[in-house]
Amino acid sequence: MADSLNFDLVSPERSLASFEATSVQIPGSEGDMTAMAHHEPVLTTLRPGILSVSAASGVSEYVVTGGFAEVTAQGVTVIAERAMAKADVTQEDMDGIVSGAAEAVERASEDAQEAARKMQSDVAALASALGLNAA
Amino acid sequence: MPNLSDLKNRIASVKSTRKITKAMQMVASAKLRRAQDAAQAGRPYAERFNAVMAGLAASVGASEGGPKLLTGTGADQTQLLVVMTAERGLCGGFNSNIVKLARMAAKQLLAEGKTVKILTVGKKGRESLKREFGTLLVDHVDLSDVKRVGYDHASAIAQNVLHRFDAGEFDVAKIFYSEFGSVVNQIPTELQVIPAKFEAATDEGTVYDYEPSEEGILADLLPRSVATQIFTALLENAASEQGARMSAMDNATRNAGEMIDKLTIQYNRSRQAKITNELIEIISGAEAL
Repeated sequence: MADSLNFDLVSPERSLASFEATSVQIPGSEGDMTAMAHHEPVLTTLRPGILSVSAASGVSEYVVTGGFAEVTAQGVTVIAERAMAKADVTQEDMDGIVSGAAEAVERASEDAQEAARKMQSDVAALASALGLNAA
Repeated sequence: MPNLSDLKNRIASVKSTRKITKAMQMVASAKLRRAQDAAQAGRPYAERFNAVMAGLAASVGASEGGPKLLTGTGADQTQLLVVMTAERGLCGGFNSNIVKLARMAAKQLLAEGKTVKILTVGKKGRESLKREFGTLLVDHVDLSDVKRVGYDHASAIAQNVLHRFDAGEFDVAKIFYSEFGSVVNQIPTELQVIPAKFEAATDEGTVYDYEPSEEGILADLLPRSVATQIFTALLENAASEQGARMSAMDNATRNAGEMIDKLTIQYNRSRQAKITNELIEIISGAEAL
């Protein structure tokens, strides 16, 4: 039996989940990473993507759009700017996220242009992973 | 002495006022519970966020050439005051207390020869600041059709502020809001958000790997931190507003009750006096015969 770690998912409006998990797959801005118990402490920012948590009771998946994750030996805390259960994401939510990303590209200064475009393509990838329209 | 029908009308009108204030009080107390829950639910996020920011700021901020949001522009000549009030009145001193604090700050800054710009959130603050500082108001955020403040609203305000900062419109930004102490106690508060100030980190001794770099994370998180602080302030404000309204309406209901009692006594007395008068007239008329 593998060791377990504490998993917390916190959004600005409420704390979404808090339970024991065996592994957590985090959509980091530099690439996905999977954290298990006794992972080295890491602080990473998030890109829009799917956060997948495996626990004894099964796998739960959440859609996050940004924020950061704090991994310590004891557990994983995901501080997401917007987070919802994967099953609850509707086309309407996705439209909001897509238009938000498009707006960010328009508004971004020259230096931030590249980051904003990357964000937009991350959002498009997320939409196709969910089987939703990114138009 | 007012005549009987006047008194009767007066009592009826105070009674209907009491009904209204009573209803407002009950609505406010229901809303207060919701607002308090929302404020409570938002706390873990803000706390964890600030803890991480404090740690990051302590390790990066000390070095020269850190992000401007943290180190400032090196000047404090132009100051932006973000005054957050309610959209509605009838909530005791809630709005005027925040405005009073902001007005004092603005006057002091002006006296020091600084340039002051004011951004208002909520109609009430704008109305009362317009008279005195009409030319200093740069923008207004209207939340009147918002039933429940969400992070999106805070984020939009933060974008507005950050955009102005990037354009070099100001050096220092402060927010004014009311912290929720209890139903009868709301504390008008002033908080500096740009350049960001964090409470000294408690040294936990955890050394993190950073991905991307420490500076990269900080640059990504600082704008979010502004949004988080504004969001916390909005939540506190919402709870304070309902708390203030609840106690103001409770007072109003009690006053109306006292007034009704007083008027009823007066009404009974004058009615009795009238009856006695009539009796005397009848008796003396009968005696005269």
